[in-house]
Amino acid sequence: MKARHKRGLLIAAGVVVLAVAAGLVLSAFQKNLVFFFTPSQVVAREVPIGKPFRIGGMVAERSLQREPDGLTVRFVVTDTVKSVPVMYTGILPDLFKEGQGVVAQGKVGDDGVFVATEVLAKHDENYMPPEAAHAVEQAQNAQKTLIGN
Amino acid sequence: MIPEIGQLALILALLLAVVQGTLPLAGAQRGVKAWMALSRPLAAGQLLFVAVAFLCLTWSFLGSDFSVVNVAKNSNSQLPAHYRIAATWGSHEGSMLLWVLMLSLWMQAVSIFSQSLPREMLSRVLSVMGLISVGFLLFLLLTSNPFERLSPPAAEGNDLNPLLQDPGMVAHPPMLYMGYVGFSVAFAFAIAALLGGRLDATWARWSRPWTTAAWCFLTLGILIGSWWAYNELGWGGWWFWDPVENASFMPWLVGTALVHSLAVTEKRGAFKRWTVLLAICAFSLSLLGTFLVRSGVLTSVHAFATDPARGLFILVFLALVIGGALMLFALRAPHVGGGGRFEMISRETFLLANNVLLIVAAGSVLLGTLYPLVLDALSGGQTKISVGPPYFEAVFVPLMSPMVFLMGVGPVARWKQAALPELWTLLRWAFAVSLASAVLTPLAAGGGSWGLRLGLFLAIWILAATVASVRERIRNFRGAVHERLAMQPRAWWGMTLAHLGVAVFVAGVTVVGTYETERDVRMAIGDTVEMGGNVFRFDGTTEVTGPNYRAARGTVTVLRDGREVLVLHPEKRTYNASGMAMTEAAISTGVLGDLYVSLGEPINARSWSVRIYHKPLVTWIWSGCVLMALGGLLALTDRRYRLRSTQQQRETAVTSAA
Repeated sequence: MKARHKRGLLIAAGVVVLAVAAGLVLSAFQKNLVFFFTPSQVVAREVPIGKPFRIGGMVAERSLQREPDGLTVRFVVTDTVKSVPVMYTGILPDLFKEGQGVVAQGKVGDDGVFVATEVLAKHDENYMPPEAAHAVEQAQNAQKTLIGN
Repeated sequence: MIPEIGQLALILALLLAVVQGTLPLAGAQRGVKAWMALSRPLAAGQLLFVAVAFLCLTWSFLGSDFSVVNVAKNSNSQLPAHYRIAATWGSHEGSMLLWVLMLSLWMQAVSIFSQSLPREMLSRVLSVMGLISVGFLLFLLLTSNPFERLSPPAAEGNDLNPLLQDPGMVAHPPMLYMGYVGFSVAFAFAIAALLGGRLDATWARWSRPWTTAAWCFLTLGILIGSWWAYNELGWGGWWFWDPVENASFMPWLVGTALVHSLAVTEKRGAFKRWTVLLAICAFSLSLLGTFLVRSGVLTSVHAFATDPARGLFILVFLALVIGGALMLFALRAPHVGGGGRFEMISRETFLLANNVLLIVAAGSVLLGTLYPLVLDALSGGQTKISVGPPYFEAVFVPLMSPMVFLMGVGPVARWKQAALPELWTLLRWAFAVSLASAVLTPLAAGGGSWGLRLGLFLAIWILAATVASVRERIRNFRGAVHERLAMQPRAWWGMTLAHLGVAVFVAGVTVVGTYETERDVRMAIGDTVEMGGNVFRFDGTTEVTGPNYRAARGTVTVLRDGREVLVLHPEKRTYNASGMAMTEAAISTGVLGDLYVSLGEPINARSWSVRIYHKPLVTWIWSGCVLMALGGLLALTDRRYRLRSTQQQRETAVTSAA
């Protein structure tokens, strides 16, 4: 085989690897991207049905309730304007507290309850998850505009 | 007074770095010996001043000097002494100082161990490292001064984040940074070679041990971080594809490619341009990792207070370093010339395939890590997404599987030209054994997923192919088997050990992924839970007091066949200074698997929610990484690096005498 042909073959092989990788990346993106929504968007039904997504906001004060099984908890996530009831079975992260920011991943059911499969921890007491901060900010801006009008 | 001395030392180090980054470089271009001679003493001086600064900061932490902002924010008088030392690098400012300290250490190491290098080469290498040092020292002094004073002083410190109060935290950052910063040596060698226009096998031989050393440190650093997460985060995972983990994993992937590509450049003179590009990429990704972790764009334990000035500085610095290096590469690389020729089936081709797969994998990790950030920025904060573990697993496993398969073939293939029939003869038994175990084990275990079959096949394949390569290797030597084995060079043993490490790692990941059992349960005193032949009995909790925390300490007794075999004590701690709650898991580690118990929350006076995990072979994951790092260390001690350096000294002596 000539050197030129060899190089051509090697480049072709590289292109094939890249094409396969691109295909993998695209299909994995399509299946696994998780979008983030604010409680206001959830209440307005702007969220995907039957597909997991994330919500963020503050855990409403005195909203945490524990079911008799001891593992299922219900709480309300709010962006200070609209609120979404959340149900979660499992152990909550250490820094989960009423009145603090939270991010949860899961699906919303027909009854409007967000069933979380994952409640994400913050790593620091003073730290607000950016998604939660974003949700509160968005909701308050929207409200200001409403009042302004 | 002490903090001011530290600050002054940093300023002096910066001045030395500025001289080091310019004069020896100019000297090497113009052939001024006196300027070039400056590089080594300047490196020593820099190490001295940076070390003084670092010790001053450590001193302030040890003495709980709360008039220093950094200490007041990240320490507390109740904090045990060893964590006060670790707190030195627990903050953003301190960790950047650690970065610079590591850079000075690497610089000094190059200055000591590379004296046999041609004068121009050594000056250029040290100069390039000096320029990097300028960037980081400026960053420290302008945006993240670790010695900033607080007036009036705080009465008490805020405490170190309890998550970081763990033995893993003492070792993880220094190891990881040694790895990150270590790639700056490979980078500096690449830039120096481009500047000098000398890019050959000798260059690869000089650069190779440094790259291997950095790679070993990075491997250990990532391993300790993973082990820390497993122990401390309380949910028993060992890798989360968290952006911060990815930030350390990308340089590792590219570094692994670089280690292999350097081998080809040294042995065969091929892949020169590619190797240089990899060296630039590995260090660029280290810098990018630092940027991602330190700029506060990521949500994680590593991200500290967001400060736009810092982000901007690192971004500009990143652009200068990466852009400059790539520009130089574009200008100089075309004149380098090709290397040794090789056939389609040859060890070179296998190593090239390994390189391409590693780089593509690193690219897919980069995409998954940066995409959410880019989308967020482009949409003005309106579209927020997250890319989780399913994405990375879906992309990573198909890309890495062929790479791992080729790991079995590469070491037995000949350089330049190999023959497929010959490879088949050498490896057919290995192939049969691994295929059989991948088919039969799930049958014996009563079913299993395709992931399990694939993982088993790959792990056993590397093991069996390695045995085949050892047999082939010693075939042409005389003597008893152990003598023939002892004759092999350490570099070869290092490679073999590191490859076996991958086999152990893959086995661990596969078995944990398939057979782990995780249960969150509510347990009252006396309740039992059965898992994998073990019965866990909850015996209640007691109050205990630690040096800087109070804790509810649970007692969980493990029974096997009705006999008590183990007592575990998971804790739920509340730290005094911050009031922060922390789960301290109790883990019984074994070769065959771990039992992992952690406390959730108290449900009433008698019962708690409890997390009970059984993790078979989980320690194999970290053992595999240790084997990889040990393999690298073994390769570093190979006598040919020492022999060649004395030989070079003689050559240099001859040339200078002439």
